[in-house]
Amino acid sequence: MIYRRLLMVVMLLLTAGLTWFDFSAYRPFHLGLDLRGGSHLVYEADVSQLSSSNDIKEAMASLRGVIERRINAFGVAEPIIQTETVGLGTAARQRLIVELPGVTDLNEALKLIDITPVLEFKTERPDGPEKEKILAAVEVARAALTEGKPLPNDPLLNQDPEFVPSPLTGRYLKRAQVQFGQQTLGPSISLEFDAAGAKIFADLTKANVDKRIGIYLDGAPLSAPVVREEIKDGRAEITGDFTVTAARELVRNLNLGALPVPIKLVSTETVGATLGQEALAKGLKAGVIGLIVVAVFMVFWYRLNGLVAIISLALYIALVLAIFKLLPVTLTAAGIAGFILSLGIAVDANVLIFERLKEELRLGEHFHEAIRAGFAHAWLAIRDSNLSSIISALVLFWFGTSLIKGFALTLTIGIMVSLFTAITVTRNLLLAIAPNHKSRWVHFLFGGGLKH
Amino acid sequence: MFIINHRRIFFLISSLLVLAAVVALATYGLQLGTDFTGGTIIETEYAAARPEINRLKTEIEALNLGQVSVQAIGEQAILLRLRTITEVEHQALKTALGGEEKRYSSIGPAIGEELARRGIIAIAIVVILIILYIAFVFRHVPGAHRGGVNSWKYGLIAILALIHDIAIPTGVMAVLGHYYGAEVDALFLTALLTILGLSVNDTIVVFDRIRENLKQNSSERFEEVIGRSLNETIVRSVNTSLTVILALLAVYFFGGATTKYFALIMAIGMFVGTYSSIFIASPLLVTWQKWSARKNG
Repeated sequence: MIYRRLLMVVMLLLTAGLTWFDFSAYRPFHLGLDLRGGSHLVYEADVSQLSSSNDIKEAMASLRGVIERRINAFGVAEPIIQTETVGLGTAARQRLIVELPGVTDLNEALKLIDITPVLEFKTERPDGPEKEKILAAVEVARAALTEGKPLPNDPLLNQDPEFVPSPLTGRYLKRAQVQFGQQTLGPSISLEFDAAGAKIFADLTKANVDKRIGIYLDGAPLSAPVVREEIKDGRAEITGDFTVTAARELVRNLNLGALPVPIKLVSTETVGATLGQEALAKGLKAGVIGLIVVAVFMVFWYRLNGLVAIISLALYIALVLAIFKLLPVTLTAAGIAGFILSLGIAVDANVLIFERLKEELRLGEHFHEAIRAGFAHAWLAIRDSNLSSIISALVLFWFGTSLIKGFALTLTIGIMVSLFTAITVTRNLLLAIAPNHKSRWVHFLFGGGLKH
Repeated sequence: MFIINHRRIFFLISSLLVLAAVVALATYGLQLGTDFTGGTIIETEYAAARPEINRLKTEIEALNLGQVSVQAIGEQAILLRLRTITEVEHQALKTALGGEEKRYSSIGPAIGEELARRGIIAIAIVVILIILYIAFVFRHVPGAHRGGVNSWKYGLIAILALIHDIAIPTGVMAVLGHYYGAEVDALFLTALLTILGLSVNDTIVVFDRIRENLKQNSSERFEEVIGRSLNETIVRSVNTSLTVILALLAVYFFGGATTKYFALIMAIGMFVGTYSSIFIASPLLVTWQKWSARKNG
């Protein structure tokens, strides 16, 4: 008995401690973009030029790195940049997800990313039927244009008749610099590749002596110098019609990282800061009211047992919020709804236990025996009924967008923690306060329902 | 025994509700949101008085953005729906609208299709997993030899109840979409999946008790065992759902705009889920048992 009561005090202290932690400024809650305001951008990367899945993986990793550096350079706090593969096999799409908290001016956000240059090196397309086909298609299109007809919808038109892509891209770039040559009038840009890039460049130049290598920036040809000999030191030079300012800007952008593959914006979402604050305030209000309503119902129906359930619920809330902080779980509007829903589910186990307890008491069991038997009998139903919810939540987590994932995660954490608090906390609390004798008062306090 | 004795009335009520849901779905259909169809939503708020909707419409038309729906929200805000637009078009639209843009979302059609496909797959997976789960939970229920019904019939009836629990909220959503413009978004799918998980709980609680009572040796008839099990579990079935519904109603009445219909649909799902586990699933066991007894002479 003393042991149980001591345990009860420890639990109350634990609840108080966790509550203090939940309210402390240490490791603040992670709020989703829909609650704090910000932009959510989804880009699709065009990896059609890459063949092996390993190349695609590497390109996406380097794409992620480039964008991350760029966003950090512009001083956005806590950006999240993720890559995602959607679909399987050849239908797979490569996505880049960028979350910018606090950035609500989309124009500004997009500028950060849009000015990232795409640098590509291409080799000459060998003469042959393929080249002729593309040239013919271009001819047809040109004729249509001069006659004022609409352009034919020919996929060949998207291909360059003169050049084919090579494995060398901006991702191997180490450094770019503005140069002022003696022969040329304007500035030129010198490029230095990293070790892997230098090796590819050496192979490329070796295989293409006396041929041209096209240098493409953002999909447009910049220059196509003729290779004189194999270049082993991993240095190249871009000449073009640059003004000094344009050259300086390009160099700065190249140094922040050039994109290995072209990307296209497919989805944008922006939530203003005020709208987010409103949603957060409403979510919190709904949570407090939900908690009060559930608590009032439990005490009304289960009396002293209901009070035990509420103490158990208090520890549940303190624990779950601490887990949200520590993991951390990004809280969205749907996530908060999931947490409030879990309050209702968390007391379910208590309801099952108390109803069972009443039955055991009716059978005339001694109090402590009744509590033990009630728990033992209720456990199967509690386990079975919560498992199906966890199944749903896990599938939701797998299928969901970030919004749904937030809901599924808070729900799953809630159900798991509620299993723990219902079984251990409620049980020990009941045993700690259970009287040794029966009286009308005891019967009233531990009973419940409308008739008893 | 009241529920068992009057089961035909409850079957009738449920049949009518499901029928109404199917009719509502067939006539109104579901209002698919931009989550699934792709498109743009813009919410703009004005500090002073809102410009006239008609004037805004004329200004937007000049931008050539296809069909644009402009809807007033409250006193100072508007909501725009249109096709997916580029950032250049977005900036032009922003200038035309003035005010402060509070929310902007533009979803490419490919993303929408993908979400719909993933949603359908997710529902299929949840249904299959729950069927397997029910079959597993009830594998030891005493079978027909004791005057009961085969254990697979518990699973089948639980699934029938699930269809009932999903059909009615979906029908409600069709009605809400028709009259209040409620849109089916990713959260609606989430609500359906959560209902699938939660509403099977009550059915399991009742069936669990039936299983336990059937194991006892008694002279009770099958329908008496079911009736007694229902009486023993009805309070907790109602109370467990009630706490969840109370929490959801708090979200509906006091929570943010994005989760309003989400909470409402889940609350309705919980309600019909509890109803079906008490008034439909268990009485159906009795009907089925009587039917096979008659067939076997």
